[in-house]
Amino acid sequence: MIDLTTAYMGLRLRNPLVASASPLSYSVDGVRRLADAGVGAVVLYSLFEEQLREQGVRDAEIIDGPADSFAEALDYFPDVVDEDATPRHYLTLIERAADAVEVPVIASLNGATPEGWTGYARSMQDAGAAAIELNVYYLPGDPAISGRDVEERHLEVLGRVKDAVTVPVAVKLSPYFSSTGELAMRLDDAGADALVLFNRFLQPDIDPEALAVVADIGLSSPRDARLPRTWIALLHGRLRASLAATTGVWDAADIAKYLLAGADVVMSTSALLRHGPEHAHVLLDGLSAWMERHRFHSLDEVRGMLSVPPDTDQAAHERAGYVIALRAANAGSYSLS
Amino acid sequence: MRATIDGNQAAVSVAYRLNEVCCIFPITPSSPMAELADEWSSQGRANVWGTVPTVVEMQSEAGAAGALHGALQGGVLATTFTASQGLLLMIPNMYKIAGELTAAVMHVAARSLAAQGLSIFGDHSDVMAVRQTGFALLSSASVQEAHDLALVAQAATLRTRVPFLHFFDGFRTSHELNSIEPLEDEDLRALVPEELIREHRQRGLSPERPAIRGTAQNPDVYFQARETVNPFYARVPAVIQEVMDALAQRTGRDYRLVEYSGDPDAERVLVVMGSGAQTARETTAFLHARGEKVGVVQIRLYRPFPAQELIAALPPSVRRIAVLDRTKEPGSVGEPLFLDVTAALAESLDPPTVTGGRYGLSSKELTPGMVAAVFEELARERPKRRFTIGIDDDVSRTSLAYDDSLDIEPPETMRAMFFGLGSDGTVGANKNTIKILGEEGLHAQGYFVYDSKKSGSQTVSHLRFGPEPITAPYLVAGASFVGCHHYGLLERKEVLARAARGATLLLNCGYSPEQVWDSFSRELQEALLAKEIELYVIDAGRIAREAGLAGRTNTVLQTCFFAISGVLEREHAIERIKAAIAKTYARRGAEVVERNQRAVDRALAGLRRVSLPDRVTSDREPAPVVPPWAPEFVRTVTATMMAGRGDELPVSALPVDGTFPTGTTAYEKRNISDLVAVWDEELCIQCGNCSFVCPHSVIRSRYYDPSRLEQAPEGFPSAPLNGPGFPDSRYTLQVYVEDCTGCALCVEACPVSAGGDPVRKAINLDAREPRLAGERENIAFFEALPRNDRSRVDFGTVRGTQFLEPLFEFSGACAGCGETPYLKLLSQLFGDRLTIANATGCSSIYGGNLPTTPWTVDADGRGPAWSNSLFEDNAEFGLGLRLAADRHTELARRRLAGLRDQVGVELVDEILSAPQLRESELRDQRLRLAELTRRLDALDGPAVDDLRSVLDHLIRRSVWIVGGDGWAYDIGSAGLDHVLASGRNVNVLVLDTEVYSNTGGQMSKATPLGAVAKFAAAGKLMPTKDLALQAISYANVYVARIAMGADPQQTLDALRQAEAYEGPSLVIAYSHCIAHGYDMRDGLDQQYRATASGHWPLIRYDPVLRAAGRNPFLLDSPRPRLKLADYRRRELRFRALAAAHPEKAERLLEHAQHAAEQRWRGYEEMAANGAARFPADPRTDGR
Repeated sequence: MIDLTTAYMGLRLRNPLVASASPLSYSVDGVRRLADAGVGAVVLYSLFEEQLREQGVRDAEIIDGPADSFAEALDYFPDVVDEDATPRHYLTLIERAADAVEVPVIASLNGATPEGWTGYARSMQDAGAAAIELNVYYLPGDPAISGRDVEERHLEVLGRVKDAVTVPVAVKLSPYFSSTGELAMRLDDAGADALVLFNRFLQPDIDPEALAVVADIGLSSPRDARLPRTWIALLHGRLRASLAATTGVWDAADIAKYLLAGADVVMSTSALLRHGPEHAHVLLDGLSAWMERHRFHSLDEVRGMLSVPPDTDQAAHERAGYVIALRAANAGSYSLS
Repeated sequence: MRATIDGNQAAVSVAYRLNEVCCIFPITPSSPMAELADEWSSQGRANVWGTVPTVVEMQSEAGAAGALHGALQGGVLATTFTASQGLLLMIPNMYKIAGELTAAVMHVAARSLAAQGLSIFGDHSDVMAVRQTGFALLSSASVQEAHDLALVAQAATLRTRVPFLHFFDGFRTSHELNSIEPLEDEDLRALVPEELIREHRQRGLSPERPAIRGTAQNPDVYFQARETVNPFYARVPAVIQEVMDALAQRTGRDYRLVEYSGDPDAERVLVVMGSGAQTARETTAFLHARGEKVGVVQIRLYRPFPAQELIAALPPSVRRIAVLDRTKEPGSVGEPLFLDVTAALAESLDPPTVTGGRYGLSSKELTPGMVAAVFEELARERPKRRFTIGIDDDVSRTSLAYDDSLDIEPPETMRAMFFGLGSDGTVGANKNTIKILGEEGLHAQGYFVYDSKKSGSQTVSHLRFGPEPITAPYLVAGASFVGCHHYGLLERKEVLARAARGATLLLNCGYSPEQVWDSFSRELQEALLAKEIELYVIDAGRIAREAGLAGRTNTVLQTCFFAISGVLEREHAIERIKAAIAKTYARRGAEVVERNQRAVDRALAGLRRVSLPDRVTSDREPAPVVPPWAPEFVRTVTATMMAGRGDELPVSALPVDGTFPTGTTAYEKRNISDLVAVWDEELCIQCGNCSFVCPHSVIRSRYYDPSRLEQAPEGFPSAPLNGPGFPDSRYTLQVYVEDCTGCALCVEACPVSAGGDPVRKAINLDAREPRLAGERENIAFFEALPRNDRSRVDFGTVRGTQFLEPLFEFSGACAGCGETPYLKLLSQLFGDRLTIANATGCSSIYGGNLPTTPWTVDADGRGPAWSNSLFEDNAEFGLGLRLAADRHTELARRRLAGLRDQVGVELVDEILSAPQLRESELRDQRLRLAELTRRLDALDGPAVDDLRSVLDHLIRRSVWIVGGDGWAYDIGSAGLDHVLASGRNVNVLVLDTEVYSNTGGQMSKATPLGAVAKFAAAGKLMPTKDLALQAISYANVYVARIAMGADPQQTLDALRQAEAYEGPSLVIAYSHCIAHGYDMRDGLDQQYRATASGHWPLIRYDPVLRAAGRNPFLLDSPRPRLKLADYRRRELRFRALAAAHPEKAERLLEHAQHAAEQRWRGYEEMAANGAARFPADPRTDGR
């Protein structure tokens, strides 16, 4: 009997496959489909405070622009319309999704202001979110901002939200830090309940025919999994926080690799988007089959098997293959210069 | 706790709390009462007995009255809110409700009636038209009274069983913000005891205690039965006074049915009702203090008329009485109040002399100077027995002269005025200012004047505040503070006319303190110096932009007002403004709050005082209002109205029957947009799309001989005409930049992009100012180019029709309006033989609101003849126009046939058999008629005279019935249905915005399922009715559903086919609207999405095809390829529900998607079948 249950930032999951933030979780039905397909938890799509603020500005123009201009129509919308600025739809989604499915529903938040981070996080918790994932997403709009400032901002946001809520808080990170490991440890010290590795950095494309920038981020590929997997392998066992792997999970082997590297849970978006939520069945069945084939009974036996052991000596380290691999990779890249 | 609210809110806050059912329908100025009731109900707010009133919107006021009657007969407490024409529609039920002694109150924001013209403004014409119904009429004179007497009316009706109409002056009271002491629920409960409600309930119909009510009565008993109610009416005055006394006990506010104030020994007394009573009372007090023996009687109860109370109220010393009526009853001995007072006094022993005067029609002012003039007249040896006050009647010499400079206001009341644009938020900020000052313990009053345009409109705010209650229901004069929030208004509006000497003027402009003086005209400089104005300037536009509030200068200027006026201590004021911003904009989100608060912080740094020189330095004269070549009527009358001085026009200046010249918008160059369309002749492919969609007819195209260019101004853009059949011709697309609203629909419609710059199109928006002078020359040259020959234009293509001159231009519709492009196209296609019956609504307002109107004429002086009858009867009205045209055509043909030999056989036969479908055929017919006219000159006799009088009917007349969905789906539905069933050759164009646009976005039966609208604040729960299918079921109605943005060619084809069809036609046109909640620039894109998502399938049903044995049902749009959600999520009306009630929104969206799919399947089935699937037209089946 294969036991796929796992713990993720204190939550008990029936398996380690987590549906990460995506359009699949726009609706209760979508969440239900994901749960029915067997995932262990669902992270809802991200609530972007910036978007809400911009929408508020646009709606203000729409509502207030034509108001008080013409004697017969001093406005055009009933007062109820004004409530658009509150993310009620998101909170209701949490409420209803949490009611509709057995698995934990995790809210995802991208704040823009200190009040936004804490206020929305608190509302999410009140609405029934099992945990909150902080999507500290940076647009590289300010080339002058220092690396330390970016890191400090992560810590500050985490601190504020931890102070504001009691449910577990995960931090989803970008891979682009001078020292991802050190930041991970600082976040761990600051109370992060999980680290999600990694956020996919928005890299818009350019359409040379339309002469336009296209906001198509595309789906990830299994190859993209190498970077997060490497970091997970390095961080496993060094942190109190859970580790969630995301990016490049297309088949059961990808899950297995992440688990071997030390991930507590493995998140999938692209494959579920491409093949539909029901693909989760395929992934989970594949995982069970792989474990059976390798005579594993529980995930504890698998998890971190091929991580970099925290107390390893140089030889053991090399035995794990990582340093060799990293050196080889580095040598390759440096040799170009 | 004092509250600052307007009269509508004051009345409805009581009415809502004291009723169980509200039957509503929107009509200005009462709509806000119904809207608030609906909002409160949708929010679950309870009445004083803990239940949430049911609010139901009906299809018309007649429907609301019927539902009200039924609800009352069912034994609940029910009310309605209405005005004007709406009240007229309720009359039949009012007789019933009163005849059955049914306790009820209706609340009316009293308004003018449509006579020689419609007016939305206030007077007593409507309530006077129901004085005979048996309703008691109770009149409130102020916002506080509208609140208190709403309670008095409800308490009295339940005690007396006589139904009440409680009214207050439309706009002046309904829309005036003032500080009041609100009534608590306890007050309401105390005056409306529950046993009275139970008695009312017991009188309701019930099978448990069956009775029959509403019998048919015969000569034997009807009369006696009619007299049974007398004792009930006799009790009313005393009961009301009892209730008023009970109210006074609780609140200290003491009201009398008939209230006298002034000198106890007065010899001259005014009798007046409504808000004018306040002005009369204050002026009387002022004159009395000067020693004049004057007094005033305010009538609060008008029906039953309190004759005894009136006599008792008058001092015995009174010798002369002037009764002021706010209505006009042509042909009567005098107006109603005058007659009542006269009759009441005639029964006293020594009746004083009574004179009667009219005042205040359509919100015309009643000022202290006017009141004083009436007293002065009474003091004459032989006062005028009938008079008017407030106008110059140089025709019938009824008017009294008056001195408007009489200022009776207490010095501690601060008066301020603000001139702004609707879009800059001035009024909103002023409403906030009033609330702030109200909360600071000051009494405050705000009244706002709007202009007649929907785009680029101007607003004037009149504010007063002070330590004492403000009882001055007239516009501010002698303002000590004037804010001019838009530099352009400084010369267009008489900004300084109402400023006091030494007043402060805050001017928003881009000029520095050093430059600004030199920018002023001579006249303005003179006025500034003469009035010793203290001038401040600020570039609020720049500061607002920097704060992220482009175009919204209100917060910046509000801050400056507080800083300069000193009405509050500066730091404290800023704190209060910020708090008000946080409250007002909280629901718009944090970003909006922060941006506004940022604007507050930045405002004061930019405020500059200007030291004025001591003499005039400018020799610049202000530009004339209209060009000197305008027709005389436009120069003298229209221009005066345009300049905001219409009040000065004498009676003789105005047409006697409401007939005005058309085409006057051409003289009003409003320059409302800083960005205007600019044509790129290099890129343009001359498709005509931009001018096709232009809602304001500012984009025109002509082709012409290249030799014309020799006279062209330098830089006049021109390109070779891109089209077969016209070699060597040139083409110009001219933008009328002074009329452009910058809506950008043209840019969106343009199909070409510049190489290397995908954003740049062949038409783009660019700054108006640098182009203005050059474009004026270009336009003049363009206008002088020969108009293209209609008979050579290809009517079958979008491109071709754009060489046709629009005869609907520069309307004041909203920038980017979705309706007007259809009307413009009608005018292009059929304008010179077009008659339009226009239902009341947006299209009647931008189409017919003075001072300037957009329907215009061609070079031969022909153009659309337009008329608006009412909201409810437009189809019938249009049918009448058709019947008249048909009779005249028949007469013309008969007379012509009779004169066949004298006129010439060949010509007559040609005229009588001319087909008149193509433009070339119409041109030939016009030539024949010219020849006929020439030949008739040689003849005489009655038949010839007859023929001459109807000769123009030998050109096929195009009768169009135009209106919105509120008319077609709701109030005019029965009439429209009947007219479509008449088989007559009328064409109906429904400009379907899916909402009552003109009154501010109330739900109609066209409103989509799941949309939020007023009266559907919680989302509409019923699907839209398929008006097209209803009409198709008649088999002989041409039907089309069109959307210009989805398929312009189908739009064109449908309108032409509808017009050509010899029978009734119905064209339903999707019209995007600001009430949908998105940037109108995307209107065409949304039209496309509406069609592509199945929300608005394009169809045609052509009975001509059926007659030819073909399938008449054409499905013109492809199978939906977008989900309904893809269309809906862009519009606030749908998003709002998703935000407020996500679950409900999701459910309704599913239903709507399902309904759209079902409808599509039904259409597909219809389109796939043969002719036999549809009934044949019995008129044309050949048997």
